[in-house]
Amino acid sequence: MRLWLTLVGIGFRRWSTYRLAAFAGAFTNSVFGLIRAGVITATIAAAGGTLGGYDALTGVTYVWLGQALIGPVYFFAWTELAQRIRTGDVAVDLARPVDPMLAHLAADLGRAAFVFLPRGLPPLAVGAAVTGLALPGDPGAYVLGLLSVAFAVVVSFACRWLVNLTAFWLLDLRGPMTMYLLVTNILCGLAVPVQWFPGWLAAAAAVTPFPSMLQTPIDVLMGHSAGWDAVRLLAVQAAWAAGLLAAGRLIFTLGTRKLVIQGG
Amino acid sequence: MADNPYVVLVRLRMRAQTVYRGSFAIELVASLGATISGFLEIYVIFANVPALGGLDFPAAVLVFAIGHVSFSLADLVVGHLDALPNYLRSGTLDAFLLRPLPVLAQLITAEISLRRFGRTVAGSALAVVALAHTEVAWSPAKAALLAVTVCAGAALFAALFVGAAAVQFWLVEGTEFTASFVYGGSYAAQFPTSVFGTPARVLFTFVVPAAFVAYLPVLALLDIPGAAPGGLPAGVLGWCSPIAAAAVWTVALLGWRAGLRHYTGAGS
Repeated sequence: MRLWLTLVGIGFRRWSTYRLAAFAGAFTNSVFGLIRAGVITATIAAAGGTLGGYDALTGVTYVWLGQALIGPVYFFAWTELAQRIRTGDVAVDLARPVDPMLAHLAADLGRAAFVFLPRGLPPLAVGAAVTGLALPGDPGAYVLGLLSVAFAVVVSFACRWLVNLTAFWLLDLRGPMTMYLLVTNILCGLAVPVQWFPGWLAAAAAVTPFPSMLQTPIDVLMGHSAGWDAVRLLAVQAAWAAGLLAAGRLIFTLGTRKLVIQGG
Repeated sequence: MADNPYVVLVRLRMRAQTVYRGSFAIELVASLGATISGFLEIYVIFANVPALGGLDFPAAVLVFAIGHVSFSLADLVVGHLDALPNYLRSGTLDAFLLRPLPVLAQLITAEISLRRFGRTVAGSALAVVALAHTEVAWSPAKAALLAVTVCAGAALFAALFVGAAAVQFWLVEGTEFTASFVYGGSYAAQFPTSVFGTPARVLFTFVVPAAFVAYLPVLALLDIPGAAPGGLPAGVLGWCSPIAAAAVWTVALLGWRAGLRHYTGAGS
């Protein structure tokens, strides 16, 4: 356990080196937040004041929390493991006395913990200043919310890990990675809340882990889902995290059997 | 013609990209991702409401498609200027400075990203379908407006790319600051500007004139007396995209010149 916490700390420190890049990212997230807040506000107004359980203020809160979580949960191309497989560096991971997947997971949690400060807080501050935020007064919502964000990071990591594992069998990762980013961006609820999806798209989203990566933590954090409803959503997240990590462990083991490292 | 150095450079780049047919096909299809996710966003919104910012579904799709095609054309030709910080860090820009051609022209012809053409085709198809579902009173002037709009929009985004690259001469590590104007501008251009609050509306009309890329021309095209800024008639403002593009190009080229003069090289 101590080893694992050390790995989380190292992940945190590694990312804290790139502070300017993190703030620049927060700036981008804020500009996009401004655009999305406009679109969401206009849509809710056109629907007559409430849509899918969101009114004008909770709608923009949804947007700003989403922009704050893009960085920590990570909706970008992550190819670190794939590159290690291609170059053969993964052999070093295998030689270490820690499980490679859990070590990478620890580093990713450390990354998320750091990135939340410079990339998560500025969009929220901009949102509070420009449109106002509807944040819950109940401290319980924040405790459950933070837990939900942590689960979201684990689910996101497990998905990225699985996509990277295709590098054991494929030479070029760009195809699978682009497909993954496309499906994630649509189904996680980044641009439009999942509650607004028409039936067929909502059904597609419901059987994927993607809403657990963004829609769920936002709804729990802003108190949109509270009490037993929130606990149920957290259980769904935990189930996805456990299932995907188990699949990741299994496929990694299968991949290492096929792996041939050149050189000596 | 064949002796023109730019033609030779561009032809070489195109050949290099299409040599690996399998990879090129995958990238061509992958470039459609932005079209699909962008269209789905508008589709989901209109599954809930009949109109957004004064536009109905076909008109909103038309705004999206025109903005998308304009941006994809600019991205095709100058999108790789995003990589300028890599040239600056590694010092490879010095090689461009030694050749007897303008640096910007060399950089632009240093890569043409053919794979991004997938988006241009998909966006154009979407625009045609949307136009078929709207009632445009076609006239030679309307057809000219459509052509002018796409060209001016592409030029405007290209200028944004050049301006953003110029800022990299000072920032180097802060690419995302400028990316937010280029990509944020393209995102904003795909929606009716009327949905934004005052700060965003001012930003995307006068600072990064995204409103001129698709929204204002579509108002003129469909004869919608929409909420044009300053109370000016949309029929006039719709024709002003070339002026907006020229303004952004002026700023971008001045910035580029200043940036290039600021550049001192990365070493021996």
